[in-house]
Amino acid sequence: MTGTGLLELKEVSSSYYSGETLLPVLDNVSLKVGEGEFVSLLGPSGSGKSTVLKIAAGLLEPDRGRVIYRGRDVTGEPRRVGYMPQQDMLFPWKTLAQNAALPLLCAGSGKRDAAARVEEMLPLFGLEGFGDYYPYQLSGGMRQRSALMRTMLIESNLWLLDEPFAALDALTRENLQGWLLRIWERFKGAVLFVTHSIDEAIYLSDRVYMISNRPGRIILEEVINLPRPRPRQVITTAQFAGYKETLLRTLAGEGY
Amino acid sequence: MKKWASIKNNLPAILFLSIIAGAWEAAVRLLALPAHILPSPTAIVMALIESFPLLAMHTRVTFTAVLGGLALSILLSLLLALAMDRWKPLKQALYPILVISQAVPIFALAPLILIWFGAGLLPKVLIVTLVCFFPLTVNLIEGFSQVDPEAVDLMKTMQAGQLMILRSVQIPSTLPYFFSGLKIAATYSVLGAIIGEWLAARAGLGIFMLRSMHSFRTSQLFASIIVVVILSLILFKLVELTGKLAMPWHKNTQENFKG
Ligand SMILES: Nc1ncnc2c1ncn2[C@@H]1O[C@H](COP(=O)(O)OP(=O)(O)OP(=O)(O)O)[C@@H](O)[C@H]1O
Ligand SMILES: [Mg+2]
Repeated sequence: MTGTGLLELKEVSSSYYSGETLLPVLDNVSLKVGEGEFVSLLGPSGSGKSTVLKIAAGLLEPDRGRVIYRGRDVTGEPRRVGYMPQQDMLFPWKTLAQNAALPLLCAGSGKRDAAARVEEMLPLFGLEGFGDYYPYQLSGGMRQRSALMRTMLIESNLWLLDEPFAALDALTRENLQGWLLRIWERFKGAVLFVTHSIDEAIYLSDRVYMISNRPGRIILEEVINLPRPRPRQVITTAQFAGYKETLLRTLAGEGY
Repeated sequence: MKKWASIKNNLPAILFLSIIAGAWEAAVRLLALPAHILPSPTAIVMALIESFPLLAMHTRVTFTAVLGGLALSILLSLLLALAMDRWKPLKQALYPILVISQAVPIFALAPLILIWFGAGLLPKVLIVTLVCFFPLTVNLIEGFSQVDPEAVDLMKTMQAGQLMILRSVQIPSTLPYFFSGLKIAATYSVLGAIIGEWLAARAGLGIFMLRSMHSFRTSQLFASIIVVVILSLILFKLVELTGKLAMPWHKNTQENFKG
């Protein structure tokens, strides 16, 4: 399943200073995302998942290790990439449509073109008629979809999504997972998806990396060979249960 | 509905003011106080009506200085706050000086400015600027320093240029700080202009006050106080209104943005 390498993190270690003390966060993390591949990064809270995404996006320079994008060393270099931070970061001073148009404007589109493009995308994200709403007027699920829409309008074939569904109730979440898969199949980009839900990781991904407690190390790499397109029912199959058991066992080995 | 509610909310204040005015009127009449010591409210209203054309002319002069000073201080504080946000050493060098400068009484600085710039519009504009500059700059610096670095990061992943980041993130997220600074500045600004006029000017509310005082027309002095209060209130409301128009998202965001 692994396509040609698009993004690669090579032996990345990272730490933060909190006051005087050094807090090691990532320990020798290596991972790969192939062209068009859906990869999940699964791990407990505080294990450094968001830090991995920031390093992958070039927003944070690791202490050691390298980030390779399309064969080029881009460590610590911010570049155009579909990054969706953990807080949805919809700007409260912009309407949904203005938020979504931002990547287009940054890429040099005219205001009118950008607005037209956003308008035609709204239905796909189930946001038709809400373009003029401010973020505070949207529901949690709508905010997530708005943020995803903005992310996907960033001209890039790699999306880094940081727990996009974490703050949602189970029903909305399942709904959006299926919807995300359909969108992904349509846009055909590669995804690095952060989550701490085992089911979500298996259901969505071609491959799952599991990261340990802080300092985060990769403790498991599991290829998920479930058929695509994936109907929701796949989660009741024996194959799905098998993957789930593997992941749970790895977690248990870590003391969960 | 909303209008009625606001009237209802202000009712106690209106009532209280009426009682004071009534008591004042009664006291002046009963004690037969001379008008140059304490004029009665009716005398003050009469003075306000009689000298209305004159007051209007002087108000226009003062208002021009106020607007000029506000505009200049907005421009200067914006440039300075931006520069201090961009270059931290500049902030470290200038911020303490800025704070110390506020300990210098405006009454001491104003004569200097008049010595240097004469008695026209310019020195008054400069004094207003001096008064308004500080609250604006301090608020702007605070605002710029509160810009969410994650928002700037996000803009970087869209390959946004400096100008785009300034326009889409830094300025809008600083607007609430700017407007609360501007509210303070607006209230000080009239005071600044009048101080300038007291020291040297040919026209303006400050001059009108001086003349009323020298000729013992105390009712006129009170009338001009009323005009100053109204002028300050109008400015304050104007800033508030502009703020609401410029930040349609602001009223409800505070609760929602956290959650
Ligand atoms: N800017 C920062 N400064 C200091 N410490 C930080 C910073 N960002 C993260 N950390 C610390 O690094 C560790 C990992 O943080 P990170 O956000 O990467 O975890 P995470 O796996 O995304 O957690 P969660 O699932 O809760 O989002 C945490 O202990 C956190 O306190
Ligand atoms: Mg995180």
